[in-house]
Amino acid sequence: MLIKPEPSLEDLRYIVAKAGLDADRLLKAYRQMCLIRSFEELIADRYYIGKTPQFNMAAGPIRGEMHLAVGQEAVAVGVCSLLEGGDVVVSTHRPHHHALAKGVDPKKLAAEIFGKATGFCRGKGGHMHLFDATNRFACSGIVGASFPQAAGAAFAFQKLGQRNVGVAFGGEGAANHGTFAETLNMAGLFNLPLIIVIEDNFFADSTPKWAAVSTVHHFQRGLSFNVPSYLVDGMDFIDVYRAAKEAVGRARNGMGPALIEAVCYRYRGHFEGDAEEYRTREELERWRALDPILRLGERLKRLGWADEATLNRLRDEAHREAEEAIRFAETSPLPEPQEALTGVFR
Amino acid sequence: MRKLRGIAFAIAEAIDQEMARNDRIIVLGEDVTYWGAVFGFTMGLFNKYGRDRVVDTPITEQTFMGMAVGAASVGMHPVVSLMFVDFCGAGFDQMFNHMAKNHYMSGGQFPMPVTVITAIGGGYGDAAQHSQVLYGLFAHLPGFKVVVPTTAYDAKGLTITALRDQNPVIIFGHKLLTGLPFLPFEGEEEDVPEEPYTVEFGKAAVRREGRDLTIIAAGLMVPRSLKAAELLAREGISAEVIDLRTLVPLDEATLVESARKTGRVLIVDEDYLSYGMTGEVAFRVQAGALGSLKAPIQRLAVPDVPIPFSEPLESTVIPSVQRIYEAARSLVGAGAAA
Repeated sequence: MLIKPEPSLEDLRYIVAKAGLDADRLLKAYRQMCLIRSFEELIADRYYIGKTPQFNMAAGPIRGEMHLAVGQEAVAVGVCSLLEGGDVVVSTHRPHHHALAKGVDPKKLAAEIFGKATGFCRGKGGHMHLFDATNRFACSGIVGASFPQAAGAAFAFQKLGQRNVGVAFGGEGAANHGTFAETLNMAGLFNLPLIIVIEDNFFADSTPKWAAVSTVHHFQRGLSFNVPSYLVDGMDFIDVYRAAKEAVGRARNGMGPALIEAVCYRYRGHFEGDAEEYRTREELERWRALDPILRLGERLKRLGWADEATLNRLRDEAHREAEEAIRFAETSPLPEPQEALTGVFR
Repeated sequence: MRKLRGIAFAIAEAIDQEMARNDRIIVLGEDVTYWGAVFGFTMGLFNKYGRDRVVDTPITEQTFMGMAVGAASVGMHPVVSLMFVDFCGAGFDQMFNHMAKNHYMSGGQFPMPVTVITAIGGGYGDAAQHSQVLYGLFAHLPGFKVVVPTTAYDAKGLTITALRDQNPVIIFGHKLLTGLPFLPFEGEEEDVPEEPYTVEFGKAAVRREGRDLTIIAAGLMVPRSLKAAELLAREGISAEVIDLRTLVPLDEATLVESARKTGRVLIVDEDYLSYGMTGEVAFRVQAGALGSLKAPIQRLAVPDVPIPFSEPLESTVIPSVQRIYEAARSLVGAGAAA
């Protein structure tokens, strides 16, 4: 347990019921988190093809930087499982878990990461610039850029009288950017249907939180802008979901913005190839003991809603789906070179 | 038809008429209500449409530019006021990394119908951080259409075109062409239709026909070049003056045709000299008209210094009628003026 004690079975039942969760929803969330985990691990596996023994970012089937979100699945699924198709998510340089949780097609996602013509962006975006108009998903490789854009979508929903919400994800590093404070001010001022989610994984690239943040937590900053703010255990799907349900429900019903700070941990480096001098193996192992998939699985068993066989089946199903996505990407054609010269203007 | 003085009211009227036609258009930025975005580009809109559609924002360029990106991605057409173009620094990431790129990066999935209106230029003592032009910066970056209206007629028609465009368009309105009572005015009163109309992007206007040289300019440099052409005419030098109207898209054909006719080209720009509009236009003109050129292309622009405050200093760096006249005269071989 990270922030709160592990509930007794009786309390767990109470918390789950209170959050409007049931066996079906929890099993679905479990499978979704497994899909993200498998997807990210398979991407990592393929990423290193051609990059060993000499690490060369330009070599192999996946070029460029790679930021994976293994360990942060509960935050993405906890928030996005509450969203509708018309809601907007604006993500970050670490976007795959948010994209999958928002419901984008894993095949097109993988294809874009591989730079293939079948990717969402026809190979023009890549891993840090993923867009899916159908599911209203966007992201940016620029830290801090997501907040105002999700606020803009929320602003539009408010103007258009649509019951949709905007969700911006950002890391605890992004929360030190001016856009974070500016957007909180704007959201509080205009009562925007906006949820800002800070994935506090303790490290902004390589810079530990103690070296970069003047306060302890960023949710404190939201309060000063009159934005209801939550601190949740980002390694606990149920805890994230509970806060997000309140936040999304309030925003959807015209009651304004919220900030959710989810304390979590990334198991892999900031980017693939990161030497990770800034943390110890022991620290990583302590966090792995809090693994969100493991914990949700245990709770499903305690609640009597799944046995080991059920969990294995869901994990295998999710893994196969991720593998199919990767296979689709690998067997898809590269874009025609002329594609590069089209699409600046509509 | 009635007479209008300057581009400010013409732009505001264009926005008004499009807002009436298209309820997806919303105006946001600093001081866009009571002050009409300071330089008048949104004057009158607040009284007519109220705060629901004309929205004052906090002084947060990066956030309101980013909000425009987000709002455009779900079907709005934001009109964003960037009070002075000099303030683009505070909002630039959202402009050049997102507004200009999201359509391309998304493989065409996300249109970006955003119209940014900004005030440019010096000549009234506002110094280095409130007098720049900077359109070259935006024209350099793929993804922006760059509009520089000179006349009230163009200002209205180009703004309506911008508001019907699905791409980011930046309208650079020169402060000395706004026609506002608190600023010098170097434009002319002119007839402007009351009904809506469009002016096509990528079509330069030949403001004065001539035989001996072509002067290419944009914004305030157009009326100054026309005045210089008057002086040249007194000496029997016939100057053609071309108003670019839009830098992106650029009307290469009209420029090349004129260069082939006159054989001499002077490019006048209120932006910085190096790596900017003058160099780009010169390159395109020579590529299309080299065989017809009788002399190397000349250019006159702000000589790579910030805009200084004191009047004699400011006048030294921003091209004046006199210096345009002298440069043109020397280009046609009439020798340096006294």
